[in-house]
Amino acid sequence: MSFDWEWVGSHRDDLATLTVSHLQAALTAVLLGLLISLPLAVLAHRVRPLRGFLLGLSNVLFTIPSIAVFVLLLPVSGLTRTTTVIGLTIYTLVVLLRNTVEGLDSVPQKTKEAAKAMGTRPLRTLLTVELPLALPVIMAGVRIATVMSISLVSVATYIGDGGLGQLFTDGFQRNFPTPVIVGVVLTLLLALVADALLVGVQRLLTPWARTRTRKA
Amino acid sequence: MIQFEAVHKRFPNGTTAVHDLSLDMPEGGVTVFVGSSGCGKTTSLRMINRMVDPTSGTIRVGGRNVLEQDAAELRRSIGYVIQQAGLFPHRTVLDNIATVPLLLGWGRKKARAAAGDLLERVGLAPEMGRRYPHQLSGGQQQRVGVARALAADPPVLLMDEPFGAVDPVVRTQLQDELLRLQRELNKTIVFVTHDIDEAVRLGDRIAVFRTGGHLVQCASPAELLARPADDFVADFLGAERGLKLLSLTALVDVKQGAAPDGGPWELVLDGARKPVVWRERGGAGGAEVPVRPLRDTDSLLSALNESIASPSGLVARVDAEGVLTGVSSRSDIHSAAGDAHLRGAGNGATSPDGGAPAPEPSAPTAATPRGSAPDPAAQSPQGLDLPAPADAPADGKSGRGVA
Repeated sequence: MSFDWEWVGSHRDDLATLTVSHLQAALTAVLLGLLISLPLAVLAHRVRPLRGFLLGLSNVLFTIPSIAVFVLLLPVSGLTRTTTVIGLTIYTLVVLLRNTVEGLDSVPQKTKEAAKAMGTRPLRTLLTVELPLALPVIMAGVRIATVMSISLVSVATYIGDGGLGQLFTDGFQRNFPTPVIVGVVLTLLLALVADALLVGVQRLLTPWARTRTRKA
Repeated sequence: MIQFEAVHKRFPNGTTAVHDLSLDMPEGGVTVFVGSSGCGKTTSLRMINRMVDPTSGTIRVGGRNVLEQDAAELRRSIGYVIQQAGLFPHRTVLDNIATVPLLLGWGRKKARAAAGDLLERVGLAPEMGRRYPHQLSGGQQQRVGVARALAADPPVLLMDEPFGAVDPVVRTQLQDELLRLQRELNKTIVFVTHDIDEAVRLGDRIAVFRTGGHLVQCASPAELLARPADDFVADFLGAERGLKLLSLTALVDVKQGAAPDGGPWELVLDGARKPVVWRERGGAGGAEVPVRPLRDTDSLLSALNESIASPSGLVARVDAEGVLTGVSSRSDIHSAAGDAHLRGAGNGATSPDGGAPAPEPSAPTAATPRGSAPDPAAQSPQGLDLPAPADAPADGKSGRGVA
């Protein structure tokens, strides 16, 4: 029961394909999650009565076990990548929606007031003042959603997808630990690298926060 | 320039913020809305640029009903300085100032250039432009707030307790700065504060509001101090309103005579006949007391102060160059102070050094700060140990060295 480096060497191409496929599924889900949660969050932020409903709904969705989600989706989209992405997207919504709403809430009233008083219209205020200032909180959500999606992709192995997750089933079925270990390590690396990249992106997008030495 | 006609504002919760406000603010000049919190002064200000819409009544800016204009466009045409600056934390100082020019579609280059000019105008170094607001002190942020409001050169400037959050020394500097800017730009300014001293200092006219949104009195500072409309206004002006009035009256009309030859104290002059010190007569080793010479534009309040501080009871009077023109006695200053109080708003003293004339005829042009153009030579006569720091205006309005 030792680690089989030879297996790794001979499956290099397969591992690369699985890694790319894994990352694709996770990132597509996060991007879709952002696209859906941004307008919903703006709505929840502006229309108070909707806020509880939307956040509650996303919480309820989160409590559905991940396998159940995929099974429930089978009649709709079958054993496809689409099913994987839809399932993952649902999970990203909870984090992204909540963080985006909280990010928008965190924008100081005074700053929004100033934008209005200068003659900025609501849409421009949202795009050029509120979203940039909400970015740190939104990005925190994006980081969590990304890492979470990267680890969740493996669950989709049960519907024949699952990227690196396929290594787990393969290893278990053959009682051969090497693919399992490789799968775990690659998943971990993916998550760490993705998170580090997102931190870099956030720093680039929020130059004002870099110079922050004391609270204004 | 700005007219309120029977303006009411009731909030949905039933409170009346502004009650039947009619007020006409002429072009140029500073109108200060003053009153305790909840008196409707800020709501009144915010109705001018439609941050709040009135329940009934009409507000006109430059002859045009504000309710008939697009709110965002109206706001771009009116400068607004918000409490505690309210700068955009994610934009550099330069981009903060360029906000309205960019909204007006000037293009980034032209907007930045205008912002750079404004930065200089409010007394900030060009390299400040690249910083973010949180890297500036409170006073600097406030200057940026003023620059941002002025960026598109609006004729009207609204200021909502802009200097409320900075310490008294910085506040005095910012007030001086605003008066200097106003001399250059002559905007129509509406300024909200709860600080009556600030109102007296900055205002060409002061509108006193009472809880419930009633305008009680609107008058020039001198008239307000001399003839408060009722007990509420009198209380609001405070027990020292007589002294505040003296701070608005110039020394120019007070009798002056030659410096006395006798008496226990001698006024020592330098070669250029500039006062140096009060020295006790009677040989060497006589005590010396600093002298703080006053110009004609200085206020009666500072003269009164100096007459108390001076060991001889005499106040040294100098011209703009700091050369002695004579001395005034404690009793002459005292009686002038009494006269000034009697005459109240009828004070005939004019701005003696050709400062910008007050823009409306009813405003007496006594030695309000904007009447005394800065003259570094006169403010800090060489070789004198002034009680006030050399960089503070020595007109008794610096808030220091005066009771």
